[in-house]
Amino acid sequence: MRITQGTFSYLPDLTDEEITKQVQYALDSGWALSVEFTDDPHPRNHYWDMWGLPMFDLHDAAGVLYEVNECRRAYPDCYIRVTAFDAGYGRQTIALSFLVNRPAAEPGFRLDRHEGSDRRIGYALHPYAADRPAGERYGGTGT
Amino acid sequence: MTGSQRPGFDMRGPAPAAEDGPAAEAPPPLGSDDTVDLAAERKATDIDAVLDMLDRELVGLAQVKTRIREIAALLLVDRMRARFGLSASRPNLHMSFTGSPGTGKTTVAMRMADLLHRLGYLERGHLVAVTRDDLVGQYIGHTAPKTKEVLKRAMGGVLFIDEAYHLHRTDNERDYGQEAIEILLQVMENQRDEIVVILAGYRDRMEQFFGSNPGFSSRIAHHIDFPDYDIDELMAIATLLLERESFRFSEQAEQTFRDYLERRTRQPRFANARSVRNALERARLRQANRLLSAEGRRWGRDDLMRFEPEDFLASRVFAS
Repeated sequence: MRITQGTFSYLPDLTDEEITKQVQYALDSGWALSVEFTDDPHPRNHYWDMWGLPMFDLHDAAGVLYEVNECRRAYPDCYIRVTAFDAGYGRQTIALSFLVNRPAAEPGFRLDRHEGSDRRIGYALHPYAADRPAGERYGGTGT
Repeated sequence: MTGSQRPGFDMRGPAPAAEDGPAAEAPPPLGSDDTVDLAAERKATDIDAVLDMLDRELVGLAQVKTRIREIAALLLVDRMRARFGLSASRPNLHMSFTGSPGTGKTTVAMRMADLLHRLGYLERGHLVAVTRDDLVGQYIGHTAPKTKEVLKRAMGGVLFIDEAYHLHRTDNERDYGQEAIEILLQVMENQRDEIVVILAGYRDRMEQFFGSNPGFSSRIAHHIDFPDYDIDELMAIATLLLERESFRFSEQAEQTFRDYLERRTRQPRFANARSVRNALERARLRQANRLLSAEGRRWGRDDLMRFEPEDFLASRVFAS
């Protein structure tokens, strides 16, 4: 199951060239970029690990691509995303965020039903990958 | 989707050719029978504007200018070769500028960044000027992120390391500078497409630095020496500076300033063009004072522009 997330979730995975262009657009807009990674694929997982500090004062996308590639080398089996923070007054939030790496095999999710009182059904999404402890998901390399 | 078939994120393999800069995408490839008009190409890239500006704004430095012209020509020809499908490996353009203070190293580095950008070698062509403080950290584990951040900031442009020999401290082998040097070397080798590193400093100390870091010396293709200016060149610089600020010498003042320079060059801590600029700044102060203190006179436009000998004669240089 191919998990999609972020700004370009409806598109096929971006190539490095496309990533470069998006990053350059963000830099030209004056946004600060950062690289984050995780091995918990749940869509409501907001706690991604930071790969280094956010990058300020960059002019060229090559610097961000360098960090992306470093992160890919260290965590080839994690989800990696690039986020762009717009510090402009009135916005002050993430302006752009997209995946730049995914594990080779993504097992997907299981739907859990919880039957409560009065036969009420609650549903939960459970990623198969999360059955294993953090760091051993997705092929056991990683953290 | 399974792991075997993934359209994107494939860049851990060899990078695609399209990343080789703007030159790769613009002009159509040529067949073996085609010919190119190098002069027209030259015009299209606008490098003459930069080279002319170098000629106009920098006095002397004949060797430096020749080398820059050679580099410009090489990059242009390489671009044409690429269009014919000939192999055009990216030349190594890391440089070291050696010379006394005030001989124009920073200025040339700035022009170089602009030039390389126009030739399509660099994506942006900005200059990031740093010294040891910006690269080397204060405690263990501080240096690598600091150096990397500076390198990332400089990517797409030129990283200018002033007084680079301070990175290496011979007396302390556990100095963090060594770590910065190692990261620099690694990036200079691997990210050659994205960054040009220029090291600058005094000649003798740079030679010492290269002597103790042979890795640096061999990764730098262009060692460019900036000679000291002679008196005529210094006068030409002074005239240029004055023109820019709408000032001029009176005839006697020109002779006085020449005397001043002759005396000044013999004194310690003479910093070539920078000393000339400082001398002129001080002359402006004295001129302003002279104009104000002369009572009961009216001054015309020309008077406000002109330096007189006494504006220089008050200097300490003449006192000794």
